[in-house]
Amino acid sequence: MMKTLYAMPESLKPVVTHYCAGCGHGIVQRMVAEVVDELGIRERTVGIAPVGCAVLGYDYFNFDVSEAAHGRTPAVATGMKRARPDLIVFSYQGDGDLAAIGTAEIMHAGNRGENITVIFVNNGVYGMTGGQMAPTTLAGQVTKTTPRGRAPEDVGAPLKVPEMLAVCDQTKFLARCALNSPKNIRAAKRALKKAFQYQVDGVGFSLVEMLSPCPTYWGVEPLEALKWVEEKVIPRYPLGVIKDAAAETRA
Amino acid sequence: MTQTDGDRVLMCGNDAMAEAVISAGCRCYFGYPITPQNEVTAYMAKRMPEAGGVFLQSESELAAVNMVFGAAAVGARAMTSSSSPGISLKQEGISYVAGCELPAVIANVMRGGPGLGSIGPSQSDYFQATRGGGHGDYRHIVLAPSTVQELVDMTIEAFDLADRYRNPVMVLSDGILGQMMEPVVIPKHPETHEPEKPWALTGCAGREPNVVKSLYLDVLELEEHNRHLQEKYAQMEREEVRYETIETEDAEALLVAFGTVARICRSALRVLRERGHKVGLFRPITLWPFPTEALRATRDFLESYLVVEMNAGQMVEDVRLAVEGRRPVEFYGRTGGAVMTVDEVVARLEAMLVEESTS
Repeated sequence: MMKTLYAMPESLKPVVTHYCAGCGHGIVQRMVAEVVDELGIRERTVGIAPVGCAVLGYDYFNFDVSEAAHGRTPAVATGMKRARPDLIVFSYQGDGDLAAIGTAEIMHAGNRGENITVIFVNNGVYGMTGGQMAPTTLAGQVTKTTPRGRAPEDVGAPLKVPEMLAVCDQTKFLARCALNSPKNIRAAKRALKKAFQYQVDGVGFSLVEMLSPCPTYWGVEPLEALKWVEEKVIPRYPLGVIKDAAAETRA
Repeated sequence: MTQTDGDRVLMCGNDAMAEAVISAGCRCYFGYPITPQNEVTAYMAKRMPEAGGVFLQSESELAAVNMVFGAAAVGARAMTSSSSPGISLKQEGISYVAGCELPAVIANVMRGGPGLGSIGPSQSDYFQATRGGGHGDYRHIVLAPSTVQELVDMTIEAFDLADRYRNPVMVLSDGILGQMMEPVVIPKHPETHEPEKPWALTGCAGREPNVVKSLYLDVLELEEHNRHLQEKYAQMEREEVRYETIETEDAEALLVAFGTVARICRSALRVLRERGHKVGLFRPITLWPFPTEALRATRDFLESYLVVEMNAGQMVEDVRLAVEGRRPVEFYGRTGGAVMTVDEVVARLEAMLVEESTS
């Protein structure tokens, strides 16, 4: 008798994505789909696709999905969850969307402790518009709008989002993961599952940051990009659980 | 559509509008403080939880309108209100609501502008409201009440219109209407119809997933979407035009005004009639769709028009478009939050009549 060890998650549509070779979005979206399947919540899940590379998320996820204006995703999620607390609502955002134009929305959704799950894909650049500087771009990193490298004293230092949200009393689960190795990807999935589980259990606001490779706009080969995550990105953005309020309460 | 199953009470326009929202079955209100509409957020903060609904003070106007977007996307009747500078901030969201074909109600309690302006009453957001202050080819119905009772009735109706067309509807109030207390009946059980929303994001149990979006990267697909939207707007133009005429049958000159100013003009009409002038009043109730045809028909028997607004001359452009240059259309306005008196309107119209008789 044959046993299925690996299959397409029901929560993903069997379509080819538009992502570049070596991009992390495909990994994250499959991971979201797996978690939604495993928790058995597909039929009450509503996702929100951002403005950015993941804008076509609704073409890939096999459950209800909405678009949102650039950066406003957590506000849209707030409206959905407040109107229909029985739905499982997640916001999927990139670093320009979440950490630049949508800073107010993410901080206040977190500060209110909205019972939503936020997936924050940090690849250090604006991808869809062609590789401009993001708030998370590394110091010295060359982008379309930092041709001489990002100078923190001029345009700020790379922003640490979960650490910012950690000071808000009502945020419950904040973690940072990376997509550069099978080990780190497995850890990322565990964190993501916990984030969704907390929403299902009514614990409150969770955010998982995914350090993601962008070979296209880092100007390197996909394999090189994974090394870049390890050697350049992780030292600035340490991995791990930044806050787990529910675990602390239980301990 | 005034229903009378409620008590007659004395309320300011902002409070009455808020209660009307609840009466219409809306249980999701998102707002941000701004004068002169603060009574709405305060009233909602108290009443919504009592009614089993959601009140949330957002971090910004941008967030408030996007919370409305979210609540509407999952199938709830949702509303936000603000005053002029805050409505400017909501325009991005209104464009998305229109592009995604979501039903939502937005109230603007207008104040003086531009910029931070004043907290005095104004009608200077007419262009913004009727032309679409956000980006892209979209339209929405704009209802302009002139009494607190109309504000109540139109707010209730706005939810039905929003649902019928899956489109934002704007209630255009102003600082006078919002603050003024009048006797009003808020129907407890209004005739309101919330249709099924099979398109809403309610979880895909037993059906294919739904998507709410305005993005169509294929230009021809987007053109098709726009064609569909335009057909919807054309239907609104055919079916939703509302206006009122007062003593126009024998009139030779016509006052044209909306909202609060129409009340001032109604008083001016009385004075002018007593002085023997054959003056009528035309009051657009829907500012979009504008009652162009009805107004155009009046040029056959009218000599001249005086448009009166609390702005520097905005609706006057629509009146001139309707009249198509066949008759003189004069304008009188006050700006910055200042309100014209009845005497000013009377004097302006009499001066116009003198000019005509001597020219």
